[in-house]
Amino acid sequence: MIAFIIRRLIQSIGVLLAVALIAFTMFRFVGDPVNQMVGVETSAAEREQIRKSLGLDDPVVVQFGRYVAKAASLDFGISYQFRQPVTKLLAERMPATLELALVSSAFALAVGIAMGVYTALRRNGWLAQVFQAVSLVGVSLPTFLTGILLIYVFSVLLGWLPSFGRGDVVAVGSWWTTGLLTWTGLRALILPAITLGLFQMTLIMRLVRAEMLEVLRTDYIKFARARGLSQRAIHFGHALKNTLVPVITIAGLQLGSVIAFAIITETVFQWPGMGILFLQAVQNVDIPIMAAYLLFIAFLFVVINLVVDLLYAAVDPRLKSTVTAS
Amino acid sequence: MMVRPFRRFLAAAAMGLALTAAGAEAKTFRFAFQGDYKSLDPYTLNESFTNGLHKAVYEGLVRRGPKLEIEPALAERWEVSEDGLRWRFYLRRGVKFHGGEDFTADDVIFSAQRVRTQGSNFLPIVPKDAKVVKVDDHTVDFLLTAPDAMLIAEWDNWPMMSKKWAEANNAVAPTPQAAETPSYAALNENGTGPFVVVSHQPGVKTVWRPNPNWWDSPRHNLTEVVFTPIGSDATRVAALLSGEVDWIDPVPLQDIQRVNASGIAEVMQGPELRTIFLGFDQNRDELRGASVKGRNPFKDARVRKAFYQAVDIAAIRDKVMRGLATPAALMISPLLFDRAGEFKRFPYDPEAAKKLLAEAGYPNGFEVVMDCPNDRYVNDERICQAVVGMLARIGVKVSLNAQPKAKYFAKAGQTGGYDTSFYLLGWTPSTLDSLNVLTQIMGCRDEKGNGGLTNYGNYCNPKVEALIGKIRAETDKKKRDDLIAEAYRVALVEDVGYIPLHQQALVWGVAKTVKLVQRADNQLILSWIRKE
Repeated sequence: MIAFIIRRLIQSIGVLLAVALIAFTMFRFVGDPVNQMVGVETSAAEREQIRKSLGLDDPVVVQFGRYVAKAASLDFGISYQFRQPVTKLLAERMPATLELALVSSAFALAVGIAMGVYTALRRNGWLAQVFQAVSLVGVSLPTFLTGILLIYVFSVLLGWLPSFGRGDVVAVGSWWTTGLLTWTGLRALILPAITLGLFQMTLIMRLVRAEMLEVLRTDYIKFARARGLSQRAIHFGHALKNTLVPVITIAGLQLGSVIAFAIITETVFQWPGMGILFLQAVQNVDIPIMAAYLLFIAFLFVVINLVVDLLYAAVDPRLKSTVTAS
Repeated sequence: MMVRPFRRFLAAAAMGLALTAAGAEAKTFRFAFQGDYKSLDPYTLNESFTNGLHKAVYEGLVRRGPKLEIEPALAERWEVSEDGLRWRFYLRRGVKFHGGEDFTADDVIFSAQRVRTQGSNFLPIVPKDAKVVKVDDHTVDFLLTAPDAMLIAEWDNWPMMSKKWAEANNAVAPTPQAAETPSYAALNENGTGPFVVVSHQPGVKTVWRPNPNWWDSPRHNLTEVVFTPIGSDATRVAALLSGEVDWIDPVPLQDIQRVNASGIAEVMQGPELRTIFLGFDQNRDELRGASVKGRNPFKDARVRKAFYQAVDIAAIRDKVMRGLATPAALMISPLLFDRAGEFKRFPYDPEAAKKLLAEAGYPNGFEVVMDCPNDRYVNDERICQAVVGMLARIGVKVSLNAQPKAKYFAKAGQTGGYDTSFYLLGWTPSTLDSLNVLTQIMGCRDEKGNGGLTNYGNYCNPKVEALIGKIRAETDKKKRDDLIAEAYRVALVEDVGYIPLHQQALVWGVAKTVKLVQRADNQLILSWIRKE
């Protein structure tokens, strides 16, 4: 078991190094960072000097080695455009992204499960048909379009909710900020959370529905009915419980992609998170931010997959035996 | 806590202002721009919008008014010696920085030194060899080695910083571009201006409130100002239409009608100072990626004129720019050169263009690559596409290489070794004067970019060079204008060195409750804003 864990850890580090290399080399071709930092009138000699002081003259291998060494100690350098440490910038933006991702996942789970159960139980009801249709829209509409539609309806036409930003935030502890404790913060969270969670919601709804229909056909449900248990106990006590195992696995795995794909939602709503920071960094060829963000996302996926692998190994005896055998 | 409101009251009363609403009504001006307010350090990025925002907290010796006229600011008056080598500035007394320090001659000397330090984006704003000498605490001399009539032309963008504050906070140099340590002045300010920064989170939000101790009487009636960048066009417009912000820039051209029809906001338009133009590689002996081998067709003025006459500027204005552009005959906005009216564009005439091409030896045209940014100017890529179509009509086959500005400038600009044959670019002279255009765009350069740094195609004519030298030394306005007009005539009419296209329009979205001034340099001056 320990050998398995160590092997997985080494693989994870390998993945991270590969991502670091890809990110680093890819960004060499995005454009010249010096051009982005200075005005058009800056002379050739000045540009040369800046290039030298950034270490952009060194061989790529040297630059990469220097980068990995520093990244290992969480030092991602200074952002070209903001002249602030990248680690600090990402840390400032992280609460916004994580809060958005968690709230939208919670929304997706709650609404998705409810809709899934309903459509499974009342397969032919008109409301179930509506839910099905809505879910189709949810999976097929791109996020930026749903975001803009929501803004148009709820901000411009109705004027109920803000169209951009995070509202007022309060500091919790030394570095976390939250918008969950203020009225404007909560209001600002609604539209982005729905936009980001819509896809997950429809995914979960369809998953729950399919699983539920499957479970309702099984023998133990029939026996439960034969024993004269109430519908309520059968549906929620037995059927739903057994449906949820794969749902939670999927939702957990999806959390990583919710965080990673928050970029588009953040851009549409000008949500001050890491995604929009990354996007601005791409536009401004701010290599330190881009590389650090990609590494962070890779790290997130690696950790989630590692945890899932370990849990499976712990839960599934068959896997455990093959692991120890090899 | 009791002192401040009282002091504010005194200050207001002393200035004879009827601040009836003081403290009674909160007037918050919220605004959104497509880009960030990156650094509070006013010497690190020379960009119009940022330069405008800096003016909320910082001030220069001189400033520019709503019509871009130069007026005194931290210098009450100044005089120039007979030989033009000594400029003496008499500083305003009783001005204090936000941190409480007095503004004195030492701060001017310090600022002149700081703005010329490595890492500053405004290096030429004070000549390299100029000496700044303190006469007394409120008098400063600038000693030049050569007369420079345009010395203070750009000083609107050169704010004064406090020597004591900078020294105390390790901010003596402008944030070095490659600093290994974060910069203090990028996140904190200490100016003398009408507002103080309450909070600044780059890329997220910046908040100002009025400076109660400002020396000048405020024209604004605001109690708070909040800035948020909104990158997405649709969201920015939505924020304006839902009343969440009072000002946005830019309004996408297709949304202008919607904003005007909304009833709560309207679009404010005006010509911008930037001129959009097309340039040719007149440097290489053979164009890269062109069908003509062994020679460079763009070295022939007839070919350049053929291209010029093939461009249907009216179609570009009406179809591509939706009427929001002013066709240009010069490489400078008519607002900045009194005699611009004397110049006319060559007429659009594809037949004449074909004839010129045939005379030059290309009766069947040729193939060439065009470089174009696609996220820098209003509808830049679409202008290029239109030009490609128009040139096809005279037999020239252009393959368009439109890319994001980061890649475009890295290829066509100095860092890319001026790797372009035919390109689109925009230029605003930072001094608001023709000399800048002539030296930067029409002055000869070497391979490394010394000389006319932004003269990508290296248009180079000794006659123009000689005129530039004369213009630099001439102090009489009329004679100077004659020389400038002559230089433009040689470069644009005789040589057809460039194809000027147009000045694009400024398109601001402004809430109806707000009154503000649209300055042609596209700077939003916060201290001129009034809100109902």
